[in-house]
Amino acid sequence: MNDKPIIRIQNAVKTFGRDIHALKGVNLEIKSGEVVLIIGPSGSGKSTLLRSVNRLETLTSGNIWIDDDSVTDQNSDIRKIREEVGMVFQSFNLFKHLTALENITMAPLTVKKTSKKEAKEQARQLLDRVGLGDKEDAYPGQLSGGQQQRVAIARALAMNPRVILFDEPTSALDPEMIKEVLDVMLDLAKEGMTMLVVSHEMGFAKAAADRVIFMDDGNIVEEGTPEELFSHPKEDRTKTFLQHIL
Amino acid sequence: MAEIKSSRIEVSDGALVPDKDSHSLFSAWKISFFGAVAILIILPIVWPDPYRDILKFIPDGILKTFQVTILSIIFALIIGLFTGLGRISRITIINRIATIYVEVVRGIPLLVQLFYIYYALGKMVHLPRMTSAIFAMSFCYGAYLGEIFRAGLQAIPKGQMEAALALGLSRSQAIRKIILPQTFRIIMPPVGNEFIALLKDSSLVSILAVSDLLRRGREFASTSFQYFQTYTVVALVYLVITLFLSKLVAIMEERMQQHER
Repeated sequence: MNDKPIIRIQNAVKTFGRDIHALKGVNLEIKSGEVVLIIGPSGSGKSTLLRSVNRLETLTSGNIWIDDDSVTDQNSDIRKIREEVGMVFQSFNLFKHLTALENITMAPLTVKKTSKKEAKEQARQLLDRVGLGDKEDAYPGQLSGGQQQRVAIARALAMNPRVILFDEPTSALDPEMIKEVLDVMLDLAKEGMTMLVVSHEMGFAKAAADRVIFMDDGNIVEEGTPEELFSHPKEDRTKTFLQHIL
Repeated sequence: MAEIKSSRIEVSDGALVPDKDSHSLFSAWKISFFGAVAILIILPIVWPDPYRDILKFIPDGILKTFQVTILSIIFALIIGLFTGLGRISRITIINRIATIYVEVVRGIPLLVQLFYIYYALGKMVHLPRMTSAIFAMSFCYGAYLGEIFRAGLQAIPKGQMEAALALGLSRSQAIRKIILPQTFRIIMPPVGNEFIALLKDSSLVSILAVSDLLRRGREFASTSFQYFQTYTVVALVYLVITLFLSKLVAIMEERMQQHER
């Protein structure tokens, strides 16, 4: 882990309409190789913050940089930045008309202009890595939720991103499938992938997270190591929230 | 979970689409289809005059009807694709143009559009009858198909676009490679129904003296004065064609639902 931040978020503000203030001036830095978990009640702004990092949401004001490239500057080449930032969604969002393999090769073929042969080879390796080597011809509809999410992770990895954003990756899964997805995420964390994860999976946090951030009402309330935050929370709001989810 | 039923009812104006559940020996579709075929076979056997002559006279018209229908649906699909994309466009001017086109076309009867394009515009640019007919049919059906495309595009979950963008695809790459292929699949059955509706509406072009099925019938009837016999055959032929096509659409729909599972 080196000390230069890979993601810098500066005074991020996001309002929807006139009354809804999803983010009220958030500052956050993520170092390369760091695994950061964001927790907080629904409506606290954690997903909005995550989705701002690759500009699926546009900030009302404030700045975000990936290395030295500004995400928030409307003139910057957002597609170049998105190539570096993978994303895994709560509802998987696999391309329904494509097989598992085609889902993974889509972006390398279209965006990076990788050769077909190379893209396929890489996709097969990635499928093996997430434990789905035998499912390359399966369509998303033929896969379980856990399997779909693992394909989605492989799809994000195919672009060799420097950071992966996880937006509640296990929330839509049945309990028995959560582990297979978390195992893949744990492996990634061990390999040194920079990960920003919105999730309430305490087990994952304790095993892999360098930092846990508690957000409420559009602000970062408290942050610390998993041990600090879960065992010795300082703020009352954090304590109340943790009582609800533990 | 209690299901709230809306008080709106929907009745298709298309041909009878056979219900999957009615596998009975004598479904309404089977009675109509095989009944019409049987009558068309029996009539010329029992009364060779005039039915044999009628049946010899109209096949040219059937070909013409299909020619008009197929060419029109192809152009209408192209117009419909762009109209549908325009209807969901975030660029105001494009969105406006597409919406106005749809509203205007849907507000004018097809027959009036045919007259307008052939006779009124024909004063300025003279178009051959067939071209006018196909132009008017595609112009009209382009608006209907545009609405189908719009509904199809909007039926694709937002997450599909987001996932594509997050991977670094451009908006237009995402539409071409992710959104449209899925849209084409779900709009197949409604497009099939529009094809059937267009085939029936193509009888209107006989008014421009395009010698389609109905026109051929008229020509035969007006020289032979066998009005009842001629139009009976014409109606039965239309019926057999549309029932056959609606069966195809139903099969297509069923296949798709199986694929979804």
